[in-house]
Amino acid sequence: MVCPYSWDVPGGVQQHIRDLAEALIDEGHEVSVISPADDDTPLPPYVVGAGRAVPVPYNGSVARLSFGFLSASRVRRWLHQGEFDVLHVHEPGVPSLSLLACWVASGPIVATVHTAIPRSRVLLMTYPVLRTALEKINGRIAVSEAARTTLVEHMGGDAVVIPNGVATHRYLKAEPLPGWPGAGGAIGFLGRLDESRKGLAVLLRAFEILGPGRPGLRLLVAGRAADPEEVLYRVPAGLRDRVVLLGQVSEDDKIRVLHSVDVFCSPNTGGESFGIVTAEAMAAGLPVVASDIDAFRQVLRGGEAGELFATGDARDLVRVAGRLLDDRERRAELSAAALAAVARYDWSVVARDVLRVYETVILGRTGVAVQDTGGFP
Amino acid sequence: MIADVILIVAAALFVGVYVSWRAGRIDRLHRRVDMARVALDLTLLRRSSVAQELATSGLLDPATSLLLAGAVHGTRLSVQSEGSGGAFGFVPPGEQSVERPRDLAESDLTRALRAAFSQPDFRASLSGKEGADELLAEVEEAAHQVYVARKFYNDLAAVTREARNRPLARLLHLSGHAKAPEFFEMDDSLIADQPTAPPVGHSMEPSSHD
Repeated sequence: MVCPYSWDVPGGVQQHIRDLAEALIDEGHEVSVISPADDDTPLPPYVVGAGRAVPVPYNGSVARLSFGFLSASRVRRWLHQGEFDVLHVHEPGVPSLSLLACWVASGPIVATVHTAIPRSRVLLMTYPVLRTALEKINGRIAVSEAARTTLVEHMGGDAVVIPNGVATHRYLKAEPLPGWPGAGGAIGFLGRLDESRKGLAVLLRAFEILGPGRPGLRLLVAGRAADPEEVLYRVPAGLRDRVVLLGQVSEDDKIRVLHSVDVFCSPNTGGESFGIVTAEAMAAGLPVVASDIDAFRQVLRGGEAGELFATGDARDLVRVAGRLLDDRERRAELSAAALAAVARYDWSVVARDVLRVYETVILGRTGVAVQDTGGFP
Repeated sequence: MIADVILIVAAALFVGVYVSWRAGRIDRLHRRVDMARVALDLTLLRRSSVAQELATSGLLDPATSLLLAGAVHGTRLSVQSEGSGGAFGFVPPGEQSVERPRDLAESDLTRALRAAFSQPDFRASLSGKEGADELLAEVEEAAHQVYVARKFYNDLAAVTREARNRPLARLLHLSGHAKAPEFFEMDDSLIADQPTAPPVGHSMEPSSHD
């Protein structure tokens, strides 16, 4: 597998590769990942460092990427020693290792596209140069419909959509934050605070109604906001000290947040294609109250694995969440149902879908070889 | 009496001539600074097009090619958003790349070129390929021209701003409706240790009197 971004920088693509690689290793496959990384970064045993990534301007910001002949020859050496059955590159449209790997390799190549980029003429302009590399890709995977559109537009052909998985075992256990959830009960929320589609406003309105009757009830809110003060001022003054804003939290703290509350709320009003955050809460064994949008109805199995309330309706949320806060048994029931339901979004299941793509591309082929790139060193 | 009148008329005439000379100088400075800006634009455009030629030449590895092409594209979008792009800055509808101010986009191109050129053995890996040496030399030449043209423009802009800011020029509003020239700041050193002194043979300093 080839990672285009520096392993020591946290990011969605790196996390995807790590989780997929570990799921495949758990299944008994041999996996080697090559990734840019600082020399002193401790790497998991399955990751091979391709040297320091160089910070360069890319798409309006600075990205740390690996490019050039030296990086290409490192990939070539890695391919040579690895004698792989299949090569899986991630984000081949980024000027980094993945593109170089396509360039120097031949044989069964699978590519995964993560980000949807608007139709870009940059790829068009350089297509004559990239074509030799990109045309070698035999299997294409997109992590979302939007990414699939990008892939089809830029590289032609079709792609299967395989969404991100949830590394459910990571969410299972964590130390709650000190003092949480407390005797009066606690409701949790994760997501951008000032993006209206995430629906925090609905939850805050519901809390206004729930709060006065339940003196111990608290709200734990984690996520980024341009102006957190403004968010807090929407809560009546008497309830304000019971709404705790954590700001953006790390991956580990996110899991702790999930273990610090009694009920998780996903009040999104739309725009969610899968609801990864909801699935993560389920993986932590949390009873979930979610709005009745398609994505959540699917993840929660139509209400079997979590409660649904009418989208955008704070009073309905009050009714559903209040009942759940009062009923410990129902919470335990939902917790078990959530854990069972989220299992099918686990990486081990997703990895099987990826394996099926591998199987189709290796049919009748003899593995990945290093290709001559026409006089390049 | 008559001598006084003559003296006053002569003084008025002298002041008038002096003021109009000062106004004329400010006007000439504005025109020169405009021309210097056009020259700077041309060198930037030339650098972009040579960089694009390098990106699409097939001489480089695809990742470096894509990196350079992305930076070139960024400069083109920024020219368009600046409004002075003309045909060069045309971006078809539906294109939604990140637009950056011109100075940042041009600095990005400098950094992308620098990242490409400062790879270990960059030159050695290309030498012997057809047209490689010429193209690399052309990129370096174009980058150097940007450096020269920008310095020339900024020096003139400084002189012009100073002339506009003199008390008399401000009192009598001698610069008219012409806008004060802005300095153009960017990262333009292709190699980290590029000499800051201009090469011999170029007249770099604009004369402050004309």
